[in-house]
Formats: sequence, C-alpha cells, structure tokens
Amino acid sequence: MSTLLHPVVSQISHVILGKQQQIKLTIACLLARGHLLIEDLPGVGKTTLAHALARSLGLDFQRIQFTSDLLPADIVGVTVFDRESSAFNFHPGPVFSQVILADEVNRATPKAQSALLEAMEEHQVTVDGNTRALPEPFFVVATQNPSHQVGTFPLPESQLDRFLMRIHLGYPDADAERELLEGRERRDMIDDLPPVISPEDFVNLQKQVRTVVTAPALLDYLQAVLAFTRNSADYINGLSPRAGLYLLNAAKAWAFMDGRQKVIPEDLQAVLPSVVGHRLSPMNGYSALPGMDLTKRLIEEVAIP
Amino acid sequence: MPQSANLSFANLSAILLSIVVVMAPHAPHVPKWTVAFCLIGLLLRVHAGLERRPLPARPLLFSFAAVAIGGVLFSFGSLFGRDSAITLLLAMTVLKLLEMRSQRDINVTVVLCYFLAITNFFYTQTIFTALYSIGAAWLITGTMVSLQHQAGPARFLQVARTSGLLLVQAVPVMLVLFVLFPRIEGPLWGLPRIQNSARTGLSDTMSPGSLSRLSLSDEIAFRVEFETPPEDAKQLYWRGPVLWDYDGRTWAAGQRITLSSFRYESLAPNLRYSVTLEPHDQRWLFVIDLPARLPRGSVLTRDYQVISFRPIQQRLRYSAESSPVYRAGTEALPAELKRALALPPDAAPRTRAMVRQWRELGLSGLEIAQRVLSIYREQPFIYTLEPPPLRKDPVDQFLFETRRGFCEHFASSFAVMMRAAGVPTRVVTGYLGGEINPVDGFLVVRQSEAHAWNEIWTRDEGWVRVDPTAAVSPLRIERGLATAVPDTDPQPMLRRTQLEWLIELRHRWDAVTNAWNQYVLGYTQERQTRFLSSFGFSNVGWQDMVITLMIATGVIIGAFAIGMFVRLRSKKTDAVQKLWLRYCSVMAARGVVRNASEGPKDFTQRVADRFPGLRERITRIGDLYIDLRYGKTDTPDKQDALNIRELRDHIRALYLAASSPAKTP
Repeated sequence: MSTLLHPVVSQISHVILGKQQQIKLTIACLLARGHLLIEDLPGVGKTTLAHALARSLGLDFQRIQFTSDLLPADIVGVTVFDRESSAFNFHPGPVFSQVILADEVNRATPKAQSALLEAMEEHQVTVDGNTRALPEPFFVVATQNPSHQVGTFPLPESQLDRFLMRIHLGYPDADAERELLEGRERRDMIDDLPPVISPEDFVNLQKQVRTVVTAPALLDYLQAVLAFTRNSADYINGLSPRAGLYLLNAAKAWAFMDGRQKVIPEDLQAVLPSVVGHRLSPMNGYSALPGMDLTKRLIEEVAIP
Repeated sequence: MPQSANLSFANLSAILLSIVVVMAPHAPHVPKWTVAFCLIGLLLRVHAGLERRPLPARPLLFSFAAVAIGGVLFSFGSLFGRDSAITLLLAMTVLKLLEMRSQRDINVTVVLCYFLAITNFFYTQTIFTALYSIGAAWLITGTMVSLQHQAGPARFLQVARTSGLLLVQAVPVMLVLFVLFPRIEGPLWGLPRIQNSARTGLSDTMSPGSLSRLSLSDEIAFRVEFETPPEDAKQLYWRGPVLWDYDGRTWAAGQRITLSSFRYESLAPNLRYSVTLEPHDQRWLFVIDLPARLPRGSVLTRDYQVISFRPIQQRLRYSAESSPVYRAGTEALPAELKRALALPPDAAPRTRAMVRQWRELGLSGLEIAQRVLSIYREQPFIYTLEPPPLRKDPVDQFLFETRRGFCEHFASSFAVMMRAAGVPTRVVTGYLGGEINPVDGFLVVRQSEAHAWNEIWTRDEGWVRVDPTAAVSPLRIERGLATAVPDTDPQPMLRRTQLEWLIELRHRWDAVTNAWNQYVLGYTQERQTRFLSSFGFSNVGWQDMVITLMIATGVIIGAFAIGMFVRLRSKKTDAVQKLWLRYCSVMAARGVVRNASEGPKDFTQRVADRFPGLRERITRIGDLYIDLRYGKTDTPDKQDALNIRELRDHIRALYLAASSPAKTP
C-alpha cells in the first residue's frame, strides 16, 4: 500500500474495528473521486466511519440529517436580506464542505434528495442563479436504511447510479465487538484523531490513480463482465457504460492502494461487488441485501480472458 | 392466494397461441365437451392474465381435473387408448396453464405443447400435417426463446429468427433420425385403426347406382409406377372383386376359392409395375388382368383376384407383373360354370323371355355376346352418371324402359342376358383408365375411374373379357369418363375443369403428395433395409441402427459444439497468454486447477501455498505474467522479449520437474 495511505487505513481501523476491507473500499472510493453509499442498520458505525475518515484526511466535515421535512435550502444554503447593508447575503448550507455525511438519505423527500445528488454530480450548486463551486476534494458519504424500513423514500436507480460504491458494514465479529465494548468512547477517539495526510497530498494521490495502467487484456475482462450482465437472465438490466467506467476507476484506485501501477483482474473483482451491487437488480426473488450473492456469482461465472 | 409466475402478457399470449395452434387440429376428433372445456380454460387464463387476477385455487383445479377424467371415462370408458389419452392430455394441458405459478410450470406447459404437436400425427400424416407441425414447432420454440429473453421484451423478428435458426440446426439430426430410426412393421405404434365406414372404394357387392356414386369421388384409389411402359395405360383393366352371385338386384362376390397353380397363355410381353394403394379396409389388391407374378403377402383366387393376407389399412406399396393379353381359364370346374349360369328364378322375366329364343339358334357364346352388345349399340341406350332410379326388376326396367345407365347397369344386364342365354358369365369390378401425371410419370387412378365389366366363358377361349360399356360409349374406354357422359351430368370437381393451369397445378400437387407418400411415409422397414444396403450395410439390426443413430447424433451435435467453440476461441491468443495457459495446465497436472475466473495473483498465491518449495519461482512467474499481460498498453519492447523468455524458462523448468518427479524439490 502506498506509504501515504497506510496510516489512514490503520488509524481508521482503530476506530472501526474489524472492518478493514470496508475501510479500504471507502478510501478507494475516495481516490477514484466517487461518492459512497453505506446501507445498513442504524448503529453499526456508519457515521463513525465517515467522521473518522474526514478527521484522518484532514478534511472539513458536515453532517446533514435527512428527514422527511428537509428542504433543498437546508442543504445548499439560503439567501437572506441583510437590512444593514441592504443586500442579499448567501448563507452557505452544509453542502459546502469537503466531506459530507448525508445521514439516512432515504428518509428525505425526493426533492431534498435530488438537491444533494445534483451537487454530487456537478461539484457545484446553483442558488438564485449564482453558480457556486464546491470545495475540492468533495466527497459525500450517504447512509441509507434498508428500504423495507418504515418511512423511507428509496433512491431511484438513476440516483443510486451516482454513487460509485455501495457498501455494507454489517455486524462486527465477536472479537472486534469485545474490543469495542472494552475500548474508549468512539466520539472521544474521533475527536482525538490527528490528520495523517494533507488534503493537497490526497488530491495528488487522486491524480496519480488516474495514471494506473489498464492493459487491453484487462479491458477484455471488463467487457466480458459487462456483456455477461447484459446477456444473463439473472438481472433485469445489464450494466451501463458508465458503470463500466466507474468499475475501471475503482479498480485503478484499488490497484494503486495495493502499490501497483497496473490493474489486474483481482482488483476488478475486489471492487466489483461494491460498485455494481446497487446497479444490478436481480430478476427474481433475491431480497434483503440485494446484489451481494449475485455479484459473487458474476465474478465466478465470467472467465478471465 | 396462489400467485401466477412472473410472466409478461406478451409471453402469456405466445404460450396461449402455441397451445391453441397445437390443439386446433384435434378439435374435430375429440368429444365436443373437450373443446368446450379447453376453450373455457383458455379464456379463464386470458382473463387472469389481462386483469392480473390470481389463478384458480388448487381445490378448484382439482375439481376441474376430476371433471376432465370423468368426461374421458364417460366418453371412452377407459383412460387408455389413443383417443382417451389424447383427450386427457388436452384437458390436462389446459389445467397446467391455469396452474402456471413458477418458471418450472411454464416450461412444463411449453414442453407439453411439443408433445401435443406430435400427437397430431396419430391421426393424419399428410404433407400438410408435417408443415403444420413444423410451423407449430417454430412457434413453440419462439415462445421458449421469448421466455428466456428476460432483458426487456423480445423483439418479434429476433425471436422468429432465433427460433428458425434452432429448427434449421435440428435438421441434420432430423434426417439422421428419419433414416436410421428403426421402423416397425405394422401400423404406427400398433394404434387401433379408426373404424372408417365412410372410406370410399369398391365393395364386394354391386347394385344399380353403387358405382355411379363412387364415380363422383375425386379420391385417389392408387398410383402406379410402370417399369415397362404399357402402350396405353388408360386402357388397362385393373381387376378388383369378381362378382358371381346375383339375387335379382345385387351382385355379390360369394366365397373365394384359392388357386394354387394355373395355366395361361401370355400373348404379349408382360407388364411390370408397382402400385401404391391407398387404404380401403378390404383385402383385395388391384392388379392388371392377368396377374403373372403376385405381390408379396397375397394369394390368387380361382377368378384371378389377388387377395392380401391382411386388410389394407394403411398405404401399401406392392410390385406385380401382368400379362395384358392372355388366354386362361379353359379348364374351368363344372361347379364354377354352374355358378356362372345361376339366376334367381324370378329375376328379369322379360329379358329372359327375349333371350330364350336365342338359345335355340345354336349360337356360340361369343356370337351371343355380339348379339347382346348390338342391342346396346342399336337401341337408344345412354351412358350417364345420373341413371334414373330402378324400382322394379332392375334389369328389365333398364333394358326396356329407362335405357339410361352407368357401367354397373350395363354389366349387370349383360350378365343376366348371357346367363339366360346359357353362357357362363361373371361380373368383374375394378378400375379402368387413370391419368398419367406428366410431372412424375405416375399413373393416378381415382375412385371416379371405378368400372364394371364382364367375362364370359367359352370352351376354346376360356374366360374372355367383354365390356358392354364399350358398346354404348366407346369414348369411356378410349378417352375416360369426362368425355363419355353428357355434359349436364354432375362430375367430380377436378374432372370438370378445362383450365390448363388448374390441371397443371393439380398434377404438380399430386406429384408432391406422391413423392411424400413414396419416400417419406413409404420409408418402411423394407425400404430402410434396402436403402442401408445400397451403402453396403446389409443385415443391419435395429440395435445397430440405434447405436449408429446415437453416434451420428452425437457427431452432429459435437460438430456444432466444436463450431461454437472455435468461434469463441477465435480471438487470437498471444504468446504470453499461451505460456500462461501452459503453466496452468502444468499446475493442473500437479493438482492445482485454475478456475476460469481466478486471477493470476490469486492463483499464484494458491499455487505457492501448495508448493512452498517452489514459492520463489512461482511468484516470479506470477509477477512476470502480470507485468507482461496487464502492465502494458503499448507494443512490446526488448525488455518484454527478455521477460517472455524468462517466463518460458521458468515454466519449462516446472514442466520438466513435473514430468520427472524425482527432481521435484
């Protein structure tokens, strides 16, 4: 792993116990300049992960709690008339920060959801006709409750598509849980976390990720995966070209984290469940945590050319 | 509430259409309630599909099934046998349709459609049936293709194309099955013959009107292929039942006496031919006068009828030989002659009174015959298909009052007169004429060619044929029926037409049907044996055929598989990949098989764990491969060539180590 990134992973691992893989995926997602969706039950550490990440990377962090009465203005900010200066002043909303935790994003109405999602896509927001750029790096970690829970507005496919990855944290294993129970209060730990990489370095790493080599043989494999999803009877729809592009970016980030300047099939396989899980809908009958079993099968079924 | 399987309305419609298509041909021959039952079932399913209603609950389906079984028992008294089984199958298919809850149910229903399409052949095997079934197979296969097409609704043309392609790919297998599948002697699967009383054809009795009715039928009686072409095939007398006994109205064949050997003089070269006889449920075979060599499985009677051992219940092809000009029967038995003179005492009193005087003149039999024929010629007798009904004594009324008749009237009255005059006479029924199909050269004889004539016996000449119809209407003999009867007479539809193209079309269609009968339906056990022996395979038993069948089918499917494989593999594999695959096979030989979806790093790790002694080399191979295959986007350079060589050396070393286990570290 890159020497710059290693401290980040190990520091977060001390806070979120037993979730090394998910932490690596989160950082890979960040390196590939994508946004992350964490779907899981309340209380498994979604917020803690986002918070720890922001602290470790030295980025400023805002949390938006999505509720059913959240308005777009609550996210992007409002223009207020200042009587003293007789002018309209813009009060930036929480979206103007580098890491945003959009908590329980599927509790809000579609209108509020789309305000955030547009910011994610464009890296800018437009308020009262003024377009305002968002800071770089800009990274949204959205959390989502399983959609069968009461009072949720499930994100439509088109909006799910804007998240590079969706991960599940899941319960910690027994050892990790014991360590958690014995350890310090997480909130205090996060407050004490020092930044281990500067934002400039991180942006630099993002640039380096783009230079990772993808050989024709790997593109063949990627295309075989895409073709498989389009021809298979297991899925309602195949993967889109954008999904292919995202998959490649994520694989590059994964390879880069592994200290390699070339993507190998294993990189693709490592990020594939998280990248395509929320883009593929099973044809019949798989429920609960959709996608996981199907993506495993997808990996097993497609031969590496 | 039972839910229907996830099935789009388009796919449901395709399934329903397939079912309707395969069931429709059965509609005429299943009990009426089955048709109603199936229609109700189909409508229920359409309703459920349109309104997205749940399918009927299980208890309701059980009661439907009970109704169907009860209906079959009521109609047929049994659940076994062709008709009851098919009726039951139809009903159950419809019920399955109402029970399509899972993907599996849908598949079962569609496969049932294939089976139903086959059952149609239990009833008819015409070329139309075959084409219809192929169409049905196309539709059903299309339905299956559409069902598998799950990414959005399938496009119609694409489905039709895929389905057609699948059928075309099945053609070689079909041909192999056709040629090699062991044929069974006898009717298809020993099915019970339909009691077809309505089957047209000659019978072994003849009364006024029986032949003229037959003459209205266009149905084909038999087809003939001549080996030695006759001078005029239209003037050949095809001998059918010979009638001896007259009861005053009806002529009957009476008992048949088998002839073991007989003498005859042939006065012209023999004719050799083979006849394809349509089934007529009787035992006689039609052979040109006089049979010289009998078809297989038949005997000759004393009156030269050829009788098959079994009733002709399916199309039969036989070859025979005849001498068209002959002298035979001079050694007739006295009992036979007595039978040929018998007349009921009260039959035809006026006729007998007229004829009685000739007896005293001392004329020979042939002279009397000439006299009788001259009566037909000189008096205003008319040859017609619409003779007036005869209510009194038919011969008297015909000869002295109506004078309008068809060949049976002439043959009957001629025989009565000759017998009254003391000349032994019998009536012969059969066919005269026919039509050469210019397309394939077969002579086609239809029911409308049915004819009756006479044979008289003289001591010198034996049995001599006399055709009284010829005296009245020579045209009938020379040119056929259509020209001989008045234009106003009703005639078989096809006879009447003068349209050239229609005649041409009929000939062509007839040739196609004949070819189908001869080469497809007529491909019997005997022909199969002959066909195979023409390739040098003689004495092929059915076991050999089944084995060959399996091998041939396997070869065909294998060829398709190889074709597909080659197409998939046609992507050029480069040198690095070849080496890697070689490495994989070396490792496979050592017991570590790479999964198709296993990447090089994972595999290297696994191999290294398995063979810790080789870890260094294996890791190096993995690194080199990863670098060569995944590390470059541009053309290979000098360093790559060196790396490839190193990779090859490593792999070779592994291979050598593997082939001589002693060296394995």
